[in-house]
Amino acid sequence: MKIRANLAIGGGLTVLALAVGIFGPWLAHTDPIMDANLMNAELPPSREFWFGTDQQGRDIWSRVMYGAQISLTVGVVSQLINTAIGTALGVTAGYWGGWWDDFVNGLTNLMLAIPSLIFALAIMAILGPGLTSLLIALGLTNWSYTCRISRAQALAVKSQGYVQAARVLGYGDFRIMFTQILPNTLGPIIVIATLGMGGTILAEAALSFLGLGVRPPSPSWGSMLSDARETITTAPWLSLFPGMAIFLTVLGLNLLGDGLRDILDPQSRSRR
Amino acid sequence: MTGFIIRRLLQMVPMLVAIALLIFVLFSVIPGSFATGQQDEGLGLDMAVVTRMRLELGLDDPLHVRFGKYVAQLATLDLGISFRSRQPVADMIGARMWPSLILTAAAMGFAIVIGVPLGFVAALRPGSLVDLGLMIVAVSGLSLPKFWLGILLMYLFALTLGWFPSFGYGDGGLYHLTLPAIALGVSPMALLARTTRAAVLDIMNADFVRTARSKGMNEYRVVVWHVLRNALVLVLTTIGLQFGSLLGQGVVVEKLFAWPGIGSLLVDSVFQRDIPAVQGCILVISLFFLVINTSVDIAYKLIDPRIRYT
Repeated sequence: MKIRANLAIGGGLTVLALAVGIFGPWLAHTDPIMDANLMNAELPPSREFWFGTDQQGRDIWSRVMYGAQISLTVGVVSQLINTAIGTALGVTAGYWGGWWDDFVNGLTNLMLAIPSLIFALAIMAILGPGLTSLLIALGLTNWSYTCRISRAQALAVKSQGYVQAARVLGYGDFRIMFTQILPNTLGPIIVIATLGMGGTILAEAALSFLGLGVRPPSPSWGSMLSDARETITTAPWLSLFPGMAIFLTVLGLNLLGDGLRDILDPQSRSRR
Repeated sequence: MTGFIIRRLLQMVPMLVAIALLIFVLFSVIPGSFATGQQDEGLGLDMAVVTRMRLELGLDDPLHVRFGKYVAQLATLDLGISFRSRQPVADMIGARMWPSLILTAAAMGFAIVIGVPLGFVAALRPGSLVDLGLMIVAVSGLSLPKFWLGILLMYLFALTLGWFPSFGYGDGGLYHLTLPAIALGVSPMALLARTTRAAVLDIMNADFVRTARSKGMNEYRVVVWHVLRNALVLVLTTIGLQFGSLLGQGVVVEKLFAWPGIGSLLVDSVFQRDIPAVQGCILVISLFFLVINTSVDIAYKLIDPRIRYT
């Protein structure tokens, strides 16, 4: 019962967020950057401007719709990078062992020793603001859990009969890793990736809020909140809607991740 | 046991060197050094001045020489001189340390005082409406952007109700501390509620709890003596790990509430391209993270001697 509620609500919110990310430009009423009109500055929500307008008279609804593209691109792409790095390192480390395993372990511990938001912030400081920098900064700093879990899983599976059998049949290392080990690590990895996507979206918003993410005037939810802070007394709705968009997107991913975990990875419910 | 503690403390040393190396290498590949950066920004420095600055700052030495110098400096707790303020970075960070620590501690305190009891209550009646409601609160807490929560708190409790100041440090007392601490503390609170619930549920089904019940121990004693004590061991790890990562996450909250901590120093230094200050902040935050994680490991071992580390 509860499992289904998690999955249904989380899945629904996630699908909604993805739909907005893809179809945002069609859902928007106006251009998010060009349609500034100071005559309409800081109007409260109305029939014409559903979410109100900002300091420059731009339609917040349109900006929130466009903003989904940036948040979701960063969330999906950088989480894919994290998952790829984490699985590749984890599976090979668990399967091969030896010095490679020690090296990967050391690297993972190092990644875990620097708070990931701080690490991402450092990379943004070096690369400068922008979408590509965000993808790199968030894609390189959040793979350690995936790595740990896939390593543990590879270790556990490696001595199983069917892996031994594959080896006897003359399968190469990479073929064994791909066809025998990877499928067994998939469940937990999907769960971590779903939850991690929420994390990267939050991190993107935080970096953009600090002014280190996407450069204005691009409509990112985080940078919209950063602008909105200045007008919190005169136009509080500017802070409300972009924040709500982040919250609902991340909530959806978290619920979906929880729901998936109950199905795909039933033993690990106490892991987090 | 003493051997374990010493070994665990010694393990921190290579990790620290690795962190220093990583930070050093990262910032040595910055396209456009600080000196040329100033020229780029149109501050009108001519090439002669730039060359002199590069020489003065030692930016022309080979990488390994610079790293050697950097580590030698670090060993004497010298984090270098800020490019902008010309002050020792260690002093700048020292002045920001206390505000960051009390903010983190207050946020963690809030998280523990609210989160652990919530998780405990939820676990005592799994599947009930109370449980469901609390877990919805918890997953929402994990999904809230901290700075957005901060803005909402600021709007409601500072600007509308006027109970708290909207930003600033004041004398560092509760009056100024409350809102930023809650903004920072809600997500670890949510995580602690979930961890506590999971831990208590796990232990409720353990053999020794069944044994305690079947020998006729009353439920209250079972819960307090067996379940709570064992659950706390698991919860303690989460507390420790969260404490460390809060120092990192605090950056956004510090910036929002104009809290004079290491996080806001870090962000300001990034914008000023003050590389020694940026490196110093990251290093100090990571050091704290490392010290806390090591202490958690040691505390864990002290509480539960069954745990073995290889």
